[in-house]
Amino acid sequence: MQRFSFLSLLRNALRYQRGWQRMWRNPEPKRRYDVVIIGGGGHGLGAAYYLAKEHGIRNVAVLERGWLGGGNTARNTMTIRSNYIRPPSVPFHEGSMALYRELSRELNYNLMVGRRGMIAFLQGTAAARTAARMANTMHVYGAKYEFIDVEEIERRVPAFRPPARPRLPLLGGVCQPDAMMARHDALAWGFARMADALGVDIIQNCEVTGIRRDGKRVTGVDTSRGRIDAGKVGMAVAGHGSVVAEMAGIRLPIEVQPLQAWVSEPVKPVLDQILVFSGYGCYMMQSDKGELVIGGPTDPYPSYAQRGTFSIIEQVTAAVLEMFPAFARMKLLRHWAGMLDIVYDGSPIISKTPLDGFSVDVAGAGGFKTTPMAARMHAWLIAKDEPHELIRSFGLERFERGRLVIEGGVSFNR
Amino acid sequence: MMLIPCPFCGPRNEDEFTCWSEEVPRPAEPSSLSDTEWVDYVYKHRNPKGRVQEQWWHARGCRRWILVERDTLTHEIASVTLAAR
Repeated sequence: MQRFSFLSLLRNALRYQRGWQRMWRNPEPKRRYDVVIIGGGGHGLGAAYYLAKEHGIRNVAVLERGWLGGGNTARNTMTIRSNYIRPPSVPFHEGSMALYRELSRELNYNLMVGRRGMIAFLQGTAAARTAARMANTMHVYGAKYEFIDVEEIERRVPAFRPPARPRLPLLGGVCQPDAMMARHDALAWGFARMADALGVDIIQNCEVTGIRRDGKRVTGVDTSRGRIDAGKVGMAVAGHGSVVAEMAGIRLPIEVQPLQAWVSEPVKPVLDQILVFSGYGCYMMQSDKGELVIGGPTDPYPSYAQRGTFSIIEQVTAAVLEMFPAFARMKLLRHWAGMLDIVYDGSPIISKTPLDGFSVDVAGAGGFKTTPMAARMHAWLIAKDEPHELIRSFGLERFERGRLVIEGGVSFNR
Repeated sequence: MMLIPCPFCGPRNEDEFTCWSEEVPRPAEPSSLSDTEWVDYVYKHRNPKGRVQEQWWHARGCRRWILVERDTLTHEIASVTLAAR
């Protein structure tokens, strides 16, 4: 593998950029692997990387139906935060943030991780109470989460003026100063490049069409490029969890919902923080390219369509314009919907399944922020056949035991 | 955007409705089920890519419960009937 550095940039600049190599091979699938990972997004490539790096398991294939990181790794809004309310959630998400901070160096690949900070606007006393409880939980696990008043919001976000007649009263805000943004594609590419260098086969345009079983044990997969035997199979698909799990004869407690986002034309820097309007269920930030990124709640019904319903766009845009009337004349450039495999309690499932050797990594709600940690834990689970301390609470058995890890912001909390 | 043909009100905008859940028949004797079977009923639904039958509620209309047979990929609606319950 060619390492990236200032010197390599300089050398290649002097050679008309002709010296760059491909970042990963494009191998033909072998007949058999020790581990096959289904899904070539951040979670799947990350799992392969950590299997090779931390557990010495290098006879691994990652199978991707389309192209690398072309699924929901490309369809999120690249926010990394840890404001959660249940004891198992905070250390998991904090751990993921810590991994993100080091990942660019570890992968020798610039993920463009920026510590932006996130301010959640508290709109109403109920929101303030929830935030206070969350702040206490996070404080216990060492995550910073501070309360600020409206004047402080105005000071930190100069583009913001409190609306004269808001629909919901603005009482203040809570700020997670360590919240980050990162380049989402780079996460998949960085993992892929390093995993490939460690010997992992990354096989694109290879759709899994069936999962082979011998009694209670998984033996391999059928794909659009033939049969591949495997000692173990890990599922790391997003938005199609139920479809793949059904091939293994398993049902997961998930429902697929689109989550829409859209961006404006690029403008000069106007917002450096990630803003969340909790009362309206939407958020806004400015990307490194200068686009305002706007997103809202998940769509109100299950869909695999990878597009969203228009009422969400209308409702969210109205909320954003109430807060920032000056943005009313901006043009929208792009709009898309990512697919979330929403777990009924809003927390991840990283778990063994009733089928021996078949494990699943389902993000639970949005999965970008958890990618490195979920992938690392999934790799641990595959290698050692038992969950790491951090994910004890995230097994499938929690539903039978009634030990749900219920997180907010999930439509099933009604 | 879907236009849902409510059997009572006729074709109405999807915003008037609330999608409740996939239609799963309620077990006749819940107390006789094992924990696993109960969890399957409560949480583990088909969530299919394709045709599914769902309970919807015409919350901002006639407030009837209806069963909608819908494709989760194309959003095509095959049939709508009033729910029996």
